[in-house]
Amino acid sequence: MTSSQSTALSPSLLVAVGRSTEIASPPPDAAEAEKEWSYTRAPDALSARSAYQSRRGLRREIRIFLTNPNAIVGVLFLASVVVTALLAPLLYPGDPLEMVSRPFLWPGQNADYPLGTDSMGRDVLAGIVHGARISLTVGIVATALGLTIGIGIGAVAGYFGGWVDEVLVKIIEIFQTLPNFVLLVVLVAIAQPTVTTVTAAIGIITWPTVARLTRAEFRAIREKDYVLAARSLGYGHARIVFAEILPNALPPIIVTSSVMVAGAILMEAALSFMGLGDPNRVSWGSMIGSGRDVIRTAWYLTALPGLAIVFTVISLNLISDGLNDALNPRFSEERR
Amino acid sequence: MTPLMEVHDFAVGFGSAQPVKGVSFDVTAGEMLAIVGESGSGKSLTALGLIGLLPSHARKTGSIRLAGRDLSDLSERQWRSIRGREIGMIFQEPMTSLNPVLTVGEQIVEVLRIHDKIDRRSARKRAIELLDLVNIPEAGRRIDDYPHQLSGGMRQRVMIAIGVACNPKLLIADEATTALDVTIQAQILQLLDNLRLNLNMAVILITHDLGIVAQWADRVMVMYAGRKVEEGLPQPVFEHPYHPYTRGLLAASPRAEVGQHYRDGPLLEIPGSIVSSLHEKGCAFRPRCPDARASCGQAVPPIKLISDGRYAACPLVPSQFGRVSHDALVGA
Repeated sequence: MTSSQSTALSPSLLVAVGRSTEIASPPPDAAEAEKEWSYTRAPDALSARSAYQSRRGLRREIRIFLTNPNAIVGVLFLASVVVTALLAPLLYPGDPLEMVSRPFLWPGQNADYPLGTDSMGRDVLAGIVHGARISLTVGIVATALGLTIGIGIGAVAGYFGGWVDEVLVKIIEIFQTLPNFVLLVVLVAIAQPTVTTVTAAIGIITWPTVARLTRAEFRAIREKDYVLAARSLGYGHARIVFAEILPNALPPIIVTSSVMVAGAILMEAALSFMGLGDPNRVSWGSMIGSGRDVIRTAWYLTALPGLAIVFTVISLNLISDGLNDALNPRFSEERR
Repeated sequence: MTPLMEVHDFAVGFGSAQPVKGVSFDVTAGEMLAIVGESGSGKSLTALGLIGLLPSHARKTGSIRLAGRDLSDLSERQWRSIRGREIGMIFQEPMTSLNPVLTVGEQIVEVLRIHDKIDRRSARKRAIELLDLVNIPEAGRRIDDYPHQLSGGMRQRVMIAIGVACNPKLLIADEATTALDVTIQAQILQLLDNLRLNLNMAVILITHDLGIVAQWADRVMVMYAGRKVEEGLPQPVFEHPYHPYTRGLLAASPRAEVGQHYRDGPLLEIPGSIVSSLHEKGCAFRPRCPDARASCGQAVPPIKLISDGRYAACPLVPSQFGRVSHDALVGA
């Protein structure tokens, strides 16, 4: 029945096709037209096009980031801290907790110990250099842990919704009602205070922030047309979550993660200051803690590691700001 | 010839609302079927139902058969192997239907790799061919572009390329040209027409543009308030519309005829809007119908075969056969 209908209609169809070939030519004609056009195309149009092509993808964001002086300062300072931390075993081989000279050498008094020695005669500069390793390791690993848990739980909650979402949000809320630092102290006090447990504890108390952010992003992006389009192509849940939604949800998460590193460094320092850090490893926090008793006579013992923390955290915040500007599409459009 | 897709009494409900109240239609291989109707008539929900993408809390009844296979109670996993491979879909908004962080090529390659299980290099080659097929110039360069570097028409071409990548038997175009300007609309429709002829692919064209239907569709189905109210070949339907709603739709479209210029008075409209259809007893169009009788409120008029291939759901059809003038429609 239907075939007879289409034959009955075919003359008018042919007319329709014939009429619109003027508007859109089938492939071979299009290719010819393309050749003709490339012949007549103005040279400046070609160059403009290639310039446009060259800055695609992430390059635009990187360019915006690198034209931001604050971000550059942050990157440079953080890079120097990272290099120092990596080179610590070469710069100051041996245990930085070892007594090397007489106590309370002020900075500049002895050229061998440029930043002086502490109350036990330990080299302050060696402590700061080695402390950078602990601070950065704890900061980065704890953030990675928090991101992994947070993105996983936030993505599942935001993507699936329903009762899964409700249960997970309740768990997030339980963590958020507990005072962060108290929970951290309790966790570290239960376990032995080693670098590993401190890192794990910081990761455990920071994931709810990431989870909430990820969940909010996923809930918004889940409704986008391209997610529906992906479903209409037969994509599975895992592929939609990781290949379609997550890359779009990343910018705010990346921005948060740089602040999280700073927060983790501060938490580790606070724990060490209270004597809850790893007693066998020197960290910036533990240096401040041990200098606390003599703060009136030898203030440099608290001030120097304190400055190291302050500058590292500031540089991380500057990087975070720069990333925010670069990755926030509304902002970067204005700057372009 | 057995139809490619048979939809029988398909209905969708949410809670107490019933946006699609039982539609039945067939689609033959290689055919372009247009579904028209105003917003809220259930066109898009029907389309989503055909590809199994209704929200999980929707109640669906009726049967959908694709090439003889019943799709009504497939698992999500089985649906996934149908979507994209057997049935493709393109959406209204080309601006938002492509993932902004992936290049056009990556998006085409992904669907090819899922369904056809081919390696990355040949998938990329095929992706370039597909971009060529949908008339994107310099496909080899465009494949590495991000969606924001393409115009709306280009993006819709890319969407079509993704939709037909795995040679589906049926392509559902849900208002696929509504967001585009008229020139690009014509190009996209020409493209769809070429593709379905070349690939022997059926196309369901969901639109509210009657001009598109008249020019491109093989068959047209008019929906109102979740029901099919008229069906037939475009030319007879538009020349002799049976259902008062179809007549109203036609009268409300601007045409190059005397009396159609805005200086000669406003364009006709169908009074009122689609009413909430809870506890409905009679014809859903009755409150807006110029010819409604008391009998229209008693029972929902069934869809009847009027003449060869022509269906209409109005009890008054035989008495009103013939061309209806605009004056008769305005009535007063």
